Parts: sequence; structure tokens; C-alpha cells
Amino acid sequence: MKKQEVPQDNEGMLEDKFRELCYAVDADGNYVTVHSTGWSPKNAAMKQAWEEIHIKTEEARQLVLAGKKSMLAYYMERSIMDVKLLSQYTGIPKRKIKRHLKPSAFQTLDKETLELYAEALKISVEELTDISRLEKRDE
Amino acid sequence: MNKNKKDVSIEFKHYQAAHCENGVTSSLLKFHGIELSEAMVFGLGSGIFFTYMPFYKLNGLPVISFRPYPGMIFNRVCRHLGVKIKRHKFPGKPEKAMEMLDTIIEQGIPTGCLVGVYHLSYFPDPYRFHFNAHNLIVYGRKNGDYLISDPIMETSVSLPHNELQRVRYAKGTYPPKGRMYYMNSIPEDYDLDAAIRKSILKASSQMLTIPIPLFGVKGIRYMARRMKKWPEKLGDRKASLYLGQVVRMLEEIGTGGAGFRFIYAAFLQEAANRLEIDWLHDCSAQMTEAGDKWREFAIIAGRIFKGRSSKDESYVAAADILLEIADREEKIYRQLKKIKHS
Repeated sequence: MKKQEVPQDNEGMLEDKFRELCYAVDADGNYVTVHSTGWSPKNAAMKQAWEEIHIKTEEARQLVLAGKKSMLAYYMERSIMDVKLLSQYTGIPKRKIKRHLKPSAFQTLDKETLELYAEALKISVEELTDISRLEKRDE
Repeated sequence: MNKNKKDVSIEFKHYQAAHCENGVTSSLLKFHGIELSEAMVFGLGSGIFFTYMPFYKLNGLPVISFRPYPGMIFNRVCRHLGVKIKRHKFPGKPEKAMEMLDTIIEQGIPTGCLVGVYHLSYFPDPYRFHFNAHNLIVYGRKNGDYLISDPIMETSVSLPHNELQRVRYAKGTYPPKGRMYYMNSIPEDYDLDAAIRKSILKASSQMLTIPIPLFGVKGIRYMARRMKKWPEKLGDRKASLYLGQVVRMLEEIGTGGAGFRFIYAAFLQEAANRLEIDWLHDCSAQMTEAGDKWREFAIIAGRIFKGRSSKDESYVAAADILLEIADREEKIYRQLKKIKHS
């Protein structure tokens, strides 16, 4: 890659927090480092990965609103977690988490367990339990 | 509660790097008086690699990597130079891990930490997956916050006590468990020329001679052959996610472009100048061309997962570029073997 060809396709993926360091050759063939704000094929690959996460999160949201899954299922998908990872963060056994993904079991959870989940998902207990917050996203 | 801890300041200079492990290694060495560039560190660590492991999945996608196992570059460089490393990990003991970090930085020693990026607040959100093999350097404490040199950032940053603890105890695949490391003995003298030769041989052999066909140039060919069948085997959506995964591993923060091929070409150039071996310049130029081919592959792949090309034909076209890359790279690694006798 030539120095002047280092792509600057800024599509906000780095949120202007920094520019990446790339290696390229100058006019004399010597290697130099050049900053890059992004590259379109890479941006597309990143967007694709997030799209997949958003699809799964949206599916979970619909299931929660339909009364088939608990709020925990929605926030788990939103945090890109699965039962295994959530179990590692909370210390709650996988078998129990699977049960808590059902609305009936979720409703009976004590405050302590809800707090463990909220802490791992980096939300408040109110967010975790307030289903009306999910309805608003329909707009 | 941590605000009353006294400030710790270490005269530490932040350097940006393309890749975190190269950057941590290079910055720590510079602090201890050994001036080596990121490219030199990457080369000495024989960092160039390829593996495709379709049977081992992360988030439902096959593992693809353009570099060796995390920690290897650091270890190899230190071994070559004779730098002694001290390491600690504290499974399930976050307080202890933070205390030990305090103790070491209070002795004036900048310390590397392994962290997960998901909770790393200064990272851009789109990059915050549950990825646990990120490295940063802690080099001080101010008003209770830790001073951090994260090699991928342009400038140094800081993290509050609880956040640093949290990222050091990220969960998931390869959890850091509070791992930390620092250099505790620096050699008076070392033979850089010999180290360069050895590391080039090592790179050449790991790309050519690992008998299992998932690694090195064989691994590139293996992935290429499978890739041609992705659309029919996996269906459109999954096939395109697989392709996206290849591009992310190739270009996501830290490879310096083209899956480290450009950094390695920069290393070969530095090595050529230092050892005064002309044909290494030629290898460097060929490696740059191989890197350009990888980028050409990424452009075609990008068109496929953006849905802007006819799918079946494009997977074949993308895979054919990979086969060409494998041939080109094989030629380079075979030439590099000559380093033994020159």
C-alpha cells in the first residue's frame, strides 16, 4: 500500500476517539506509518457484525413483548451475551438462568438476583424489570 | 475510597502502535532503554501467521487468525533479547490483583495488563465486543485513577479503579483473570542480528512446515477451498457472515493493514538495512505485494457482504485471490530460509 493510498473512509466506527496506525510505503519505497480514519470494506464488515446483533436483539424484544421470553432475554442479547457468559459474570448457574429467561420464573425473582443481573448487564433494576421501555422502541 | 491513595508518577512515554501486543512490548522495552520499533518487535516475535479453524467457533463463527497465540510475540522477543519477565495472575481475587498492581507501579515499574475490551470505556463502541486478549500498560496513579498507555490510542488515557478492575476480570473466552506482567531484568548486551535471523527462520517455518493443514500457507489454501463452497453449504446469510469475519480479522484494529503483512514487510526492510542483505529488500517488496492482494480480496469480500455482486461467482473469485496469495507467500517464505546462510 502506498502512503497516499491509505484509506480515510471515516464512517464513525472509531467515533473520532483515535485514528488507527497503518503501515505503507512512501515514494522512495520506505515504510512509514500513516493514520487512517477507516476503510470501507472493514467498516462494512463491522456493520455486518452489529447488524446480526441488532437482529437477534430485535427478535428477543418481540418475544418479550409477546410474553414468550423475559426481559432478561432481551438485555442478554443486547449485551452480546449468551447464557454461559451471563453465568460467568453473575455466578448464577446456567440452568437457573435458562429458567429466568421465561417470564413466569423471572417475575418471582428476588431483589438480590435482579441486582446481580442488572450489575452484569450494566443497567438498573428498574430498566431490567420495566417492560414499557421495550414498547417504546416500536416507533 | 481510592482517592486517598497517593499519586504515583513514572516517567513513561506513550507510543501509538498498530497492534496492542507489539505496542506494549516495544513501549516497555523503550522504557528500559532498548529502542526497537513496533515492526522490529513484531518481526522478532515471528508475528506473521495464519490459521483457519472451522471446527473451533467463537460466537458461531470459525476462528481465523493472522497472528500467533496471544502473548507469544511478547515472550519470543523477551527470550531473544534475554529480558526477564515477571508474571502474575489472580483467578477470582480482583482486590489482590489491584493491590499487586499498586505495589509494582509504586516501585516505578510500568506494568502490562491483559484486559477485555467490552467494558473499556475509552474504546469506540463499535469495537466493544467480548474480546479478552487486549494489552495495555499501567504507568501511574493520579487522584485515585490509573494512568494508562493503551498502544492503539493516539494519546495516553486513564481509568478509575473500579473500571480497571472490571476489565481485568472480563469473562468469556480466554478470561484475563487479573493477568499482569513486567520486565524485571534487562540484559547489558544482546545480539540483535542473530535474533533477527532466528526469528525470520521461525516465521518461515511456521508458515510452511506445520504438518496440520490448518496453519500457514496450507491454512490459507484450506480456507480458500472451503470458501468456494460457503454459499451452498452455509446459505447466503451465514456465508456472508463468515466472509465478514475474515475481513474483520484481516483489518480490525491492530493489524496495521492486510493481516500484519505490511508490518512484516516493514520489518523485513529494517532487517535488510541492518544486516545489509539486499535480497531481503526484495522479500519486503514481495510481502507488500502480498498485502496488497489481501486488500484486493477484502474489497471483493466487502462487495459480497454489501450485496453488490452476484454471489456464487464472487465467492469463487475471492477464494481464487487467496490461492494466489498462498502461492506468493509460499515463495517468500522459501526465499527467507536463505537467511541461514547469508
